[in-house]
Amino acid sequence: MTMANNTAAQTEMPVFYLKEEHHPETGTMLGFWIYLMSDSLIFGILFATYAVIGQNYAAGPAPTDLFDLELVAINTSMLLFSSITYGFAMLQMEKGSIAGTQLWLAITGLFGAAFVGLELYEFHELWSLGATPMRSGFLSAFYTLVATHGLHVTFGIIWLVTLMIQVAKHGLIPANKRRLMCLSMFWHFLDVIWIGVFSVVYLLGVLG
Amino acid sequence: MFSNPDLLHFIFGRLSLDSLPFHEPILVVTFAAVVLGGIAVLGGITYFRLWGYLWNEWITSIDHKKIGIMYIILALVMLLRGFSDALMMRAQQAMAFGGSEGFLPPDHYDQIFTAHGVIMIFFVAMPLVTGLMNFVVPLQIGARDVAFPFLNNFSFWMTTSGAVLIMVSLFVGEFAKTGWLAYPPLSDIVYSPGVGVDYYIWALQIAGVGTLLSGVNLVVTIVKMRAPGMSMMKMPVFTWTALCTNVLIVAAFPVLTAVLVLLGLDRYADTNFFTNDLGGNAMMYINLIWIWGHPEVYILILPAFGVFSEVVSTFSRKRLFGYSSMVYATVVITILSYIVWLHHFFTMGSGASVNAFFGIATMIISIPTGAKIFNWMFTMYKGRISFDVPMLWTIGFMLTFVIGGMTGVMLAVPPADFVLHNSLFLIAHFHNVIIGGVVFGMFAGIVYWFPKAFGFKLDPFWGKMSFWLWLVGFYFAFMPLYVLGLMGITRRMSQFDDPSLQIWFVIAAFGALLIAGGIGSFILSIVVAVIKRDKLRDETGDPWGDGRTLEWSTSSPPPAYNFAFTPVVHDLDAWADMKKRGYVRPTEGFLDIHMPKNTGAGFILAALSLVLGFALVWHIWWLVIASFIALVVGAIAHTFNYDRDYHIPASEVVETEDERTALLAKQQA
Repeated sequence: MTMANNTAAQTEMPVFYLKEEHHPETGTMLGFWIYLMSDSLIFGILFATYAVIGQNYAAGPAPTDLFDLELVAINTSMLLFSSITYGFAMLQMEKGSIAGTQLWLAITGLFGAAFVGLELYEFHELWSLGATPMRSGFLSAFYTLVATHGLHVTFGIIWLVTLMIQVAKHGLIPANKRRLMCLSMFWHFLDVIWIGVFSVVYLLGVLG
Repeated sequence: MFSNPDLLHFIFGRLSLDSLPFHEPILVVTFAAVVLGGIAVLGGITYFRLWGYLWNEWITSIDHKKIGIMYIILALVMLLRGFSDALMMRAQQAMAFGGSEGFLPPDHYDQIFTAHGVIMIFFVAMPLVTGLMNFVVPLQIGARDVAFPFLNNFSFWMTTSGAVLIMVSLFVGEFAKTGWLAYPPLSDIVYSPGVGVDYYIWALQIAGVGTLLSGVNLVVTIVKMRAPGMSMMKMPVFTWTALCTNVLIVAAFPVLTAVLVLLGLDRYADTNFFTNDLGGNAMMYINLIWIWGHPEVYILILPAFGVFSEVVSTFSRKRLFGYSSMVYATVVITILSYIVWLHHFFTMGSGASVNAFFGIATMIISIPTGAKIFNWMFTMYKGRISFDVPMLWTIGFMLTFVIGGMTGVMLAVPPADFVLHNSLFLIAHFHNVIIGGVVFGMFAGIVYWFPKAFGFKLDPFWGKMSFWLWLVGFYFAFMPLYVLGLMGITRRMSQFDDPSLQIWFVIAAFGALLIAGGIGSFILSIVVAVIKRDKLRDETGDPWGDGRTLEWSTSSPPPAYNFAFTPVVHDLDAWADMKKRGYVRPTEGFLDIHMPKNTGAGFILAALSLVLGFALVWHIWWLVIASFIALVVGAIAHTFNYDRDYHIPASEVVETEDERTALLAKQQA
């Protein structure tokens, strides 16, 4: 009975507009997530390319001749640690501690820099063995996949430094928190991609 | 330190005076015309002191309506360029018979068909689609702007930068001679050592950033910013098609980005992705580019389907027939568009099973598409149809597109495709669906929403002329190509031996002239409308008399904030429902409105990208480094700007809304 009355009332006097300001949810997180998904498609294409031409050695070196798993394991741990420390930074952010956030961000950045440095060292070693990207389809695909990830980490570090300056300047205001959340997603995303690179390129390669 | 040639090479890279095409009379005349026209336009802007207005009101604007309009202007300008290419090709093929080489050397002809394809898809069709979505979607869902207004401005300028880079290639250096998808090994550095393919790569990469970001932007806008009450199944069909198109953009354009990076690496860094030797695989490129390329054609056609759905119900004065089947058909097409890419190269030799899978998947797409055609026909059935210009385009589309769809199904049969592959039959087919579908749809959309954007209708006489010339011209221009294709004539030929074929090419050239008349009439319909704007003015905001969706509830043109109060939606056809149930427009209680601020950052970053692209094309490495650093620093500097919004004071809203109240009262009196 009451329900019927309600429906009747609604058909007579529908509300056609809001009298107060409408605040739709902010879409930044969703937008950034969609961007990450599109980025993962770029990596998807690079993985697929590696799968197709990754065995075309053109009488040049193969993964078993080149990869130094110990070095890559250290490198991987750098990136994995950086993901954990980024998590600590976010916990500090939730607590509202600027100093704690900055400290963990700085540590994250250092781990990231170590990762990029070790990767550059690895490239240098391979290059000196004559294993350049120009040598074969396999090496073209290898360098492109790994270096694209490395470039992402490099930009992540630049972004991280930028954000540290912004947090120092404005504190943990909502805009900065939102940005830290975005970088957090970006950082963990790169971690996930690296696990793919490590498994598909290095581990499977050495199994070879 | 440097000897002179070294210094010049350092400063200019590969660029030298020889790069300017003085030996091509056609280009020299075009260049002179562009320079004179450019001086006239820039002089006019300076004389009328419009620079400040342009900068403040348009270039830096983050208003989705203005950005939408700018996209469409860009598209129409580029249409003139792309269509000039088409006219030259038709003229060349009509005369290059019996030993005559025509008026275009093969080298130039190859650039023209490549530029025609690239420009028409990336810089005409895409900006038309993106422009319409930008303008219409926020209005249809009752939002004040898109989710990321700054990114929207940036996306537009990136697209424009890509277009400018392609235009530069016309006068500085050359464009690719590879066909619009630049297949390797032809596009590799060995066979295309010039700058043409590099222009192609960087123009598309720069524009691609814009397209991808606007895709993300509109998906989030539609998902997050719909007015209260508008559930997914109460979204207007155009918004649905926009959502699916943008999902496709987000899921397809990264593939294009990646594959062009790989091609670029092959050209710049000597890698071996698609080379003939050292383990490259050219067929991988063709697979990858079509994994982007097939969804791309649905990115273009889905919004056109959305336009037809809006138009057909408005001008039949009826609710759209089969709304939910329309939505499901759109979603099914979206998904299927991902699993058909291989039908572009059945002749690759992937074997009968693979070809059968992709052939059947392709044929299945005709089912949801056919369902849409029936829905539109049932909407017209027993409707009170008025044959306004948008409706003419829609009916022309329904007849033409069905033919294109059927020849598409023919091509989807692998054995038939082995015969028709790369023939003029294929050219006829895809122009049949792109002109009959996308172009007709975009014209319908422009004519339909023009009064909303500018406050007056386009001139109906010249609109009708434009429609008939396009329609008849299309059949004259492309039916002969079907015939020629069935006779086995391949595409991209600049000369022919067999004189018995010439008549077909002459007919096709005649068709192209009719289409030229169609384009001219369309421009006239704008010019005449501007002159006669007082007669064509729309003061109600609902110029077609039977608008059904929320954009028609606003004034024409809508105020910067779109809606003084956020609408609440109860029905699929929200505005029709409001009118039926006696909605009374609020005239008091206005509040301050929170809006994003204009910014020049998008324009500056896009301009830097253009410089970077040009430097990369010409191997001017110092400029590459400088512009790249400027780009990164500029982007970071922009993030230090936290002051991005402002409030339109309630008093200003009151003023705007009172004006409208007076106008509406005058109407009723």
